[in-house]
Amino acid sequence: MAMSSEESCSYPEESELELGLGLSLGGGGANSKTKPSPAAVEATMAGHWGQYARILTAKDFRSVVSPKECSSSSSSSSSMTKTNNNPSCGVKRTAEPSSPPGRSGASQVVGWPPLRNYRIQSLVNHAKSPKTEEITPAIDKCKNKTTIVDKTNCGSNLNRNVAKEKGLLKTSLFVKVNMDRIPIGRKVDLSAHSCYETLSQTLDDMFKLSAVVGARRSNAEEQVLKTRRSRLLNGSSEFVLTYEDKEGDWMLVGDVPWEMFLISVKRLRIMRTAEANGFGKCTLAYALSCL
Amino acid sequence: MVNYFPEEVLEHVFSFLTSHRDRNAVSLVCKSWYNVERFSRGKVFIGNCYAISPERLISRFPRVRSLTLKGKPHFADFNLVLHDWGGYVYPWIEAMAKGCTNLEELRLKRMLVSDASLELIAKSFPNFKSLVLVSCEGFTTDGLAAIASNCRFLRELDLQENEVEDPRGQWLSCFPDSCTSLASLNFACLKGEVNLAALERLVARCRNLKSLRLNHAVPPDVLQKILARAPQLVDLGAGSFVHDPESETYNKLKNVMQKCTSIRSLSGFLDVNARCLPAIYPICINLSSLNLSYAPGIYSKELVKLIRKCKKLQCLWILDTIGDKGLRVVASACKELQELRVFKSDPNDVGNAAVTEEGLVAISAGCPNLNSLLYFCRQMTNTALITVAKNCPNFIRFRLCTLDPITPDAVTMQPLDNGFGAIVQSCKGLKRLSVSGLLTDQVFLYIGMYAEQLEMLSIAFAGNSDKGMVYVLNGCKKLKKLEIRDSPFGNMALLADTGKYETMRSLWMSSCKVTFGACKSLAEKMPRLNVEIINEGDEMEGGSDDRQNVEKMYLYRTLVGPRKDAPDSVWTL
Repeated sequence: MAMSSEESCSYPEESELELGLGLSLGGGGANSKTKPSPAAVEATMAGHWGQYARILTAKDFRSVVSPKECSSSSSSSSSMTKTNNNPSCGVKRTAEPSSPPGRSGASQVVGWPPLRNYRIQSLVNHAKSPKTEEITPAIDKCKNKTTIVDKTNCGSNLNRNVAKEKGLLKTSLFVKVNMDRIPIGRKVDLSAHSCYETLSQTLDDMFKLSAVVGARRSNAEEQVLKTRRSRLLNGSSEFVLTYEDKEGDWMLVGDVPWEMFLISVKRLRIMRTAEANGFGKCTLAYALSCL
Repeated sequence: MVNYFPEEVLEHVFSFLTSHRDRNAVSLVCKSWYNVERFSRGKVFIGNCYAISPERLISRFPRVRSLTLKGKPHFADFNLVLHDWGGYVYPWIEAMAKGCTNLEELRLKRMLVSDASLELIAKSFPNFKSLVLVSCEGFTTDGLAAIASNCRFLRELDLQENEVEDPRGQWLSCFPDSCTSLASLNFACLKGEVNLAALERLVARCRNLKSLRLNHAVPPDVLQKILARAPQLVDLGAGSFVHDPESETYNKLKNVMQKCTSIRSLSGFLDVNARCLPAIYPICINLSSLNLSYAPGIYSKELVKLIRKCKKLQCLWILDTIGDKGLRVVASACKELQELRVFKSDPNDVGNAAVTEEGLVAISAGCPNLNSLLYFCRQMTNTALITVAKNCPNFIRFRLCTLDPITPDAVTMQPLDNGFGAIVQSCKGLKRLSVSGLLTDQVFLYIGMYAEQLEMLSIAFAGNSDKGMVYVLNGCKKLKKLEIRDSPFGNMALLADTGKYETMRSLWMSSCKVTFGACKSLAEKMPRLNVEIINEGDEMEGGSDDRQNVEKMYLYRTLVGPRKDAPDSVWTL
């Protein structure tokens, strides 16, 4: 409260402007053409709010600060505004006296800010990854990440609808992703993707690789501008993406249809091709070029 | 002397009157004018579907061709009204199907529309041309399929912000090959897939297509093909705009966009990759209307680059991600701006996107023609509002929503009374006002004194006493709709001038201090008002306490008495 008293007093000009409207309507200090005397402001405010609490004045703050009287009364009225729930208004929110201006629990109020449901839903679908129970928003989010470059390869409409009918679309499917020589792993939500290309783009960005298996020139929808682009190095990628399936085997990502992959994947691993023992470089290069 | 004009002459003269207000006025002159007018009236606007019955409408206007109906109260948009409160369109269509089959146009807002209603429309009106549904619900794409299949002369199918179930997704294919009359198609709000091939063929054969708004199931390569076939489009809503700027598709899209020199209005971008926006730079200079309020993927930098090119913009709908800085660019670039809406991008406000009073002041300084505003902001000051009022005296609609509904002046911590007072004093043509922030009875005194043309007022969390509401009821002579929530207005205010409510369309009060008893006595006194109490949850059996506060009250004038389709939780007193 001491802080705000300084603020309000450093704008005497503005309060002059406020009152210079010529709205000489009497009935309260706030309407007079002159700067209100602190007593007048107090009286006005007291008239409105008086039944709720005593107005704090400079006298109460004597030990804390030596403000000018006008500022303390306006600061005290503001603090009272915030602390007092004003029960007669039927405000459906908890009083939050120490909350910063503009953020005091507005989201707790039903129907405020007044935005149509339709609008809120479409924004929420964009902002979050699909963790809802409804399939439709999940599909919408998958569409966000769909690339249009190559329909046959990517999660086409048909794949998605088929998946939906078989109930394969999970609400969220976070799996671990580890990369060789990096001790700390990441997690990625597979249900936010509908095809290998967007997944590889995401992993590419996540691990700051220049290429990940299967990453053609694809673009996922980006929440943040990314300057780095994913480039395919035509089969001779330095990295390869593999996954462990439900049977515990490590497999190359990209062989099976996306939906099947979703069912069987347990976790992902980005290997350096030099270390992808058991695959063989030639096999690997061939596998990459097929994607 | 006027009575000696033969009716045909009168009818011809009246045919130049298009505004329903003018026609209403004319019909009051004398009996013969009333009769001539009513037989020649083609378009009827009904602001509250419960104010009149369909039968009476048809008996007075037997030749009506275009009907506009509004259902639920405005606050239904914000979840304050039960889903099944009412607003069913079926009885209207049923009545029209029996008595008035030359219906051509139906425009509905906030109504419950069933598939059966749509099917009945499709069957009953051979000349049906135009269906516009705004914020409606209750139908699925099956109903749309019926419209597409049967309305042979359909010119306009415009779906705005409706909640539509999409079980089958094949409605678009239902437009027969013989359908070539479409001029306007808007299905941006549909969530499901559409048959892209059918869409392309439809666009190709409808040479008069001027307005096309796609949903996000239409990818950029299809958009490119559509634009190549329909360079005459005037209004475009892009669906998905996510693609690789290096790709062939993108190049083709860029090229085809350059040829779309007729596009004046752009919207959509429901999914967007900001790096693809340069494709639309060539048409920016022609745009008079731009709606990016459903495109949260575009950040301030790209927004600004885009808007800077839109020098002829008159109407801009945007998200608050644009920031105050972005609004300053708008102010410097879009000198002809008349309407601005800045929506909250983050309903839970977990991020930092916001605009403040600074952005608004900048706009007012740069865009003196501004007459319509909807502004969701984090904070506001009286000084800013006073400046805005001085810069832009032409406001017709002024709606401000602060994030915290009772936030005071961010600098002085005073109520925002004086700021809004300046607005109503300066803007003599103001018809619609929504206030927010910390407000006392004072602001309502100003509104009552100065807002002479005000027709609609929205109040939330404002005022101190009954006096506030009384100032408004006494002062605003042209008031039609008053909606109030969470404000301390009680019985004294409600009952101060009961005759006033017959001059208004409706009054909504929720979480105020009116009691059950007061509502009952109002209903008794005014038989031509329906006073509805909405009780959700709280059991109020008959014999409820008159002194109990009413949670939600909605009253409206009506010629047909209490409605019969109210659910159990809605009582008409």
